[in-house]
This record gives sequence, C-alpha cells and structure tokens, in this order.
Amino acid sequence: MTILAAILVFCGLFFLTVSSVGIIRLPDFYTRTHAVGKSETLGAMLVIGGLAIYNGLELSTVKLLLMLLFIALVNPTATHVIARAAIRSALQPWVKGGRKESVESAEDRIVEEAVSEIDDSGKKA
Amino acid sequence: MDVPFIAVAVFVAVLILLPLYRVLAGPTLFDRVIAAGLIGTKGAVLLAILGFVYGRIDMFIDLALVYAVLNFIGTIATGKYLEKRRGGKL
Repeated sequence: MTILAAILVFCGLFFLTVSSVGIIRLPDFYTRTHAVGKSETLGAMLVIGGLAIYNGLELSTVKLLLMLLFIALVNPTATHVIARAAIRSALQPWVKGGRKESVESAEDRIVEEAVSEIDDSGKKA
Repeated sequence: MDVPFIAVAVFVAVLILLPLYRVLAGPTLFDRVIAAGLIGTKGAVLLAILGFVYGRIDMFIDLALVYAVLNFIGTIATGKYLEKRRGGKL
C-alpha cells in the first residue's frame, strides 16, 4: 500500500511540475488555461489520492477523498469561468506569426463564405 | 516527521514559486487571476502534505479543505466581476 501511495504521489508531483512550467512557458492566456485546467487538476488529484491510500481507513481519509472530489469538480469550473470572462471582454487569442485580421472581421469573412456557398448550391439545384 | 513527506513538501513549495512569476509579470489581468488560482490549489495540496509531515492530518485536512473552498470562491467572484466590464481595458 505504501508503494502504491508513493507511486501515485510522485506521478502527481510530475503533473504539478508540468502545470507550473506550462503557466510560465505557454504563449498566451488561452493556452495557459490548459496548464491550470488539466495538468493541475490531475496532479492534485493524484497527490491527494496517494495520501488517502497512505492514510488507511480513517475519518481523515474520507475528508481527503472529499477534497479530491472537490478539486476535480471545481478547478476546471473556475478555469472555465475566467476563460469565459476573458473572451467576453474581447481578449484576443494568440496566433503564430502575429495577427493578420481581428476576430470580428474573421467572423464576417467566414459567414460571407458560408452564405456564398449556400447561394452556389441553390443555383445548381 | 517523515523525511519523504518533508522532501515532497519542499518540492511543492518550490513549485509554488513558478506561478508567482506569472502573477507578478502576467501581461493581462486574467493571467494573474489564473496563476493565483494555481497557487491556491497547490497551497491546498501542500497543506495536506504538511499534515503528514507533522503527523496531524486530522487537523490539517480541515485547513486544506477550507483553503480549497476559499480559493474557488475567490476565483469565481473575480470571474463574475470581470465579466461585467465588457470591452474594458485589460
């Protein structure tokens, strides 16, 4: 049991390291949400799960499992709320090689292309 | 005082320093908020590990739970607050 707990804790430490490096190295906010929403959640869950296995059958183990469940539910939710706030206040996503057109003009262009395609298919029929 | 738990606790404490750079130097406000959330989650994990370091997990796990809940509430409140000022300066 101790060996299993150690394996889980060290796997969790690896994912915590990945999230810490990711939030420094990734280029913009929307990519950094991946480091927070996924790596950090899995890492924290693995560490807490390893500690719960090490602790054995006690009341503290139930609380540790409760904390594991809480982190699994809450960490992606909080990340999602912040990402939604960012996209609603018009934070522009990063593109490789610099941005050529704004989001609004890109949306307009995509809608125009879709409309012209529909018109073409209507003419053929 | 188990030596492996002390080593793990020190490692997590060092990992907390990396998002601190993003909190200080983040280009936008959202980067700072999300990095602060990262620090909060790692802090809750660190508190749970510290419970095993001191051999008093029954006390420290309550602190860790409350810390995780408060971190979540703070992030959600900041997100809802930022959502209201649309098109504002970041």
